[in-house]
Amino acid sequence: MKIAVCVSHVPDTAAKINVGSDEKSIDNNGVSFIINPYDEYAVEEALKTKEALGGEVVVISLGGDEVKETIRKALAMGADSGVLLKKEGYFDSYATATALAEELKAQNAEMVFFGKQSIDFDSGVVGQMVAEMLGYNSVSVVVDLKIEGDNIRAEREIEGGKEVVETTLPAVITAQKGLNEPRYASLRGIMQAKKKTIEEKEAQTGDSRVELLKMRKPAPKAPGKILGSDASVVPELVRLLKEEAKVI
Amino acid sequence: MANKILVFVEQRDNEIKKSSLETVKAGAEFAKELNAEVEAVVVGGEITDFNSIAKYGVPKVTHIKNPDLNVYTSSGYAQVLSDFANETGADLLLFANSAMGRDLSPRVAVKVDAGIVPDCVGFSFENGEVIATHPVYAGKALTDVKINSPKKIFTIRPNTFNLSDAADATAEVSVKEVDNVNTSVKVVDITRASDKLDVAEASIIVSGGRGMGGPENFAMLEELAGLLGGAVGASRAAVDAGWRPHSDQVGQTGKTVSPNLYIACGISGAIQHMAGMRTSKYIVAINKDPEAPIFTIADYGITGDLFEVVPALIEEIKKG
Repeated sequence: MKIAVCVSHVPDTAAKINVGSDEKSIDNNGVSFIINPYDEYAVEEALKTKEALGGEVVVISLGGDEVKETIRKALAMGADSGVLLKKEGYFDSYATATALAEELKAQNAEMVFFGKQSIDFDSGVVGQMVAEMLGYNSVSVVVDLKIEGDNIRAEREIEGGKEVVETTLPAVITAQKGLNEPRYASLRGIMQAKKKTIEEKEAQTGDSRVELLKMRKPAPKAPGKILGSDASVVPELVRLLKEEAKVI
Repeated sequence: MANKILVFVEQRDNEIKKSSLETVKAGAEFAKELNAEVEAVVVGGEITDFNSIAKYGVPKVTHIKNPDLNVYTSSGYAQVLSDFANETGADLLLFANSAMGRDLSPRVAVKVDAGIVPDCVGFSFENGEVIATHPVYAGKALTDVKINSPKKIFTIRPNTFNLSDAADATAEVSVKEVDNVNTSVKVVDITRASDKLDVAEASIIVSGGRGMGGPENFAMLEELAGLLGGAVGASRAAVDAGWRPHSDQVGQTGKTVSPNLYIACGISGAIQHMAGMRTSKYIVAINKDPEAPIFTIADYGITGDLFEVVPALIEEIKKG
């Protein structure tokens, strides 16, 4: 089975984010980039699927040359080959999904994995859009997955619980933390990844529908009150929450 | 520009969700600002309380029915909603940014050929255009965006619109029966972690971090949250230690929340955690370490031992 996993290259969760001088992107200075954490679960699940059912795993990403680092990371974990769809600058979810769907069609991928959202633009919609564009089934925010023949049984996280979803291949699954425990790349894996090919081509995104007008930092919060250093101030806290904040 | 706004109202177990009523209220405000028509659509279920939709400003409601739609099916819901949006000529669709809204809206976006901005936390209107605010990097930055395609979809983060002022009103409901629902993706079972309120939807969150010392100590946070009608959250440290399930995690690789009140207990305030809760309307921090970064964003802080402060807080609230 041809299995694809779509990954993105994002700032580390510990990174401080500053807005760049264009007011439309972040200042990359001093920011280290990582594979999107949710995509690690997606890569792991793709590899587990290959181990169980056979086939090959192709890693696809969209962006500039720097994204190859993240593709290599997935290759080092065990994916077979990579594709970089080259595109610089800002593009929206629709454009991203358009380019990925085009490539997935060309790859004839039957099973496609995404992270449930990338932690840069936090949209969480691209996997489902790709599925719709390809006419595939989709289940998002998945924490448990079983594939038997053409049948898929997935558990997805919802408010205060889980939904058990049944569907069939071909399908797009978006991975949530808890789906699996991503493997570490072995030294051998890292060495092998250097020899694996990353095919590069121009991304066929079409136009973005969403226009980014401005990126800005949230307004700083005014410093609050330290009420005290022990339980004696609790009655005062409760009074403030009732009378000043009016939240309880 | 928008001429016709359609609000998707979510039902689960025949109950209309609060986050959807907030979306209804948003729809009514959009209609006023854009001088557009607005209507609401409910898919599936047996609903008795349509008037709650009218109360928040949208009296015109269509209930799309078929037995296959009573439980969520992304394929079926996307199909009937897109068909309905096309029939009514809706050019602006609103969804709550709930588990269902986030799953369904992108599929609808492709079907009706709309641009989509998910997880909006605010809107402004300029010359008949909607400018949406969408947090990025888990809220470390915000983007102001607009959609240039003729059809537009926004999903709205829970707690963005408050439901305080409702007027009595009666809904005008039309029922639309549909056939041949596409159930290629079907929910066959729903498991609930008791009747637990989810942190993403709660208006009060009591959250614990590494300072809680162990899973057993979250019992007092459960008690406090119970008294306040809130939910218990956790920092990544507490989740990674195995003390709490990931579904409780607040922060960049967990849930981004904006409740009315967030009580952080034994949470120092890592960047990725604060990104996920800084938009809370009021923040209380309880932490022994006066240098903890969480105090920089707290409205009220107590630099004391949470094992004394939290029980005292429980007693004080019990007094009423």
